[in-house]
Amino acid sequence: MKRVFVDEQWCLGCHLCEYNCAYANSGADSMVKALKDRQIFPRVRVEDTGKITFALSCRHCSDPICVKGCISGALSKGTDGAVRIDRDKCVGCFTCILLCPYGAVMAGEGGAAIKCELCLENACGAPACVAGCPNRALVYEERG
Amino acid sequence: MFLGKKPDRIKREGDELCCELTPQLELSMPVMFSAMSYGSISYNAHKSLAIAASKLGILYNTGEGGLHEDFYAYGANTIVQVASGRFGVHEKYLEAGAAVEIKMGQGAKPGIGGHLPGTKIGSDISRTRMIPEGSDAISPAPHHDIYSIEDLRQLVYSIKETTGYRKPVIVKVAAVHNIAAITSGIARSGADIIAIDGFRGGTGAAPTRIRDNVGIPIELALASVDTRLREEGIRNNVSLVVGGSIHSSADVIKAIALGADACYIATAALLALGCHLCRTCQTGNCNWGIATQRPELVKRLNPDIGSERLINLMTAWNHEIKELMGGMGINSIEALRGNRLMLRGVGLNGKELEILGISHAGE
Repeated sequence: MKRVFVDEQWCLGCHLCEYNCAYANSGADSMVKALKDRQIFPRVRVEDTGKITFALSCRHCSDPICVKGCISGALSKGTDGAVRIDRDKCVGCFTCILLCPYGAVMAGEGGAAIKCELCLENACGAPACVAGCPNRALVYEERG
Repeated sequence: MFLGKKPDRIKREGDELCCELTPQLELSMPVMFSAMSYGSISYNAHKSLAIAASKLGILYNTGEGGLHEDFYAYGANTIVQVASGRFGVHEKYLEAGAAVEIKMGQGAKPGIGGHLPGTKIGSDISRTRMIPEGSDAISPAPHHDIYSIEDLRQLVYSIKETTGYRKPVIVKVAAVHNIAAITSGIARSGADIIAIDGFRGGTGAAPTRIRDNVGIPIELALASVDTRLREEGIRNNVSLVVGGSIHSSADVIKAIALGADACYIATAALLALGCHLCRTCQTGNCNWGIATQRPELVKRLNPDIGSERLINLMTAWNHEIKELMGGMGINSIEALRGNRLMLRGVGLNGKELEILGISHAGE
């Protein structure tokens, strides 16, 4: 399946992916309305060690441990391979956050967990972080 | 189109036509990327130029900083430069390029050499330039072995001997007041191509007073050179490449109509890469990852994106050139070369029109 990959060689740590992610998942019709003066809840995080930066989002593991551990059945792996979360079912126990080896599941607004769903569930249709990356550090592609 | 020495007349042996030519450079369009050294610009900027040149079927120029080992793969689209500092010049380097350029002068700073600050000389650049890490790279103003056309001829033929007469030799000079006489000499020195670099060309790193006051505009230089070489019957000995203030495809058309075979562009190429013309290249703090060697800044320029932008620019220029030529009813770039009837002057005085060899608008 196609996944979002980061090449840390080109990642500048500009955090634009986070803003694009938060905007894409906000449902707002303008970036200003979605982001200005608000706490944002992006599903991609830029890891920054000072010298190396890279954007990290869900790896959509072939055998996702978060799905196994979910006590309410909110997390599921679809036939397309993408791991999705049903926020209505999520009880906010955050077992998934503890289990994820990449730290790619986060607490969202209102208590339920959020994670990258490759923008398949919002109006973008393809990852907004990839489209908005100014230095092509994020790519959306199939890799062996 | 082809750059290089052209035969004066058709030769035959018996009934057979002699097809043997001196080495030629083949270009898909009459524009090349001018010399910018690895050191003055970053690895990623160089790589963008190399990728774009090879995809476009044109050439880029290493500048005087040698050729990084990673870029030998793009050799068929590389002009390797030999300048007064002789940085990074060795046999393999000369063999790697499609042509060898001897830099006598540079339009942005005629009469003076170069100075790459030691802070820009990291391990990769030091290896490529064959100088110690952190030391200033100073190119002397003259080549210390060239003080006459005869000396230049010796270097031209040394290079030809080294490369087995398989690569054309370019001699690059700055456009100055006696440029016609200088090029007349170069045309007799065995060089295949002469590159003339005009006033106000390029670099943000030249001393301001020299950059703004020394040199002459490329149009006047080119017109007088073309006229002189034609008068002396040696125009076919060389191809002419001009650079310095070639800002658009219309400038390319004007240059070719004034007698050039091709143009060199550098600032336009850097603008495509993201340069904002802040003209502080010498500080090494280029925000756009172009004229810097700081790794965290260099990574801001992804060569995949950079080369795409360069290809877009050149493809657009190519279309515009063809469109302009179509408007003139000319179907080949050779038919436009030196075709000054296609040009008219507006707001120029009589002397300027005379030197340019064109009529005033309305005539």
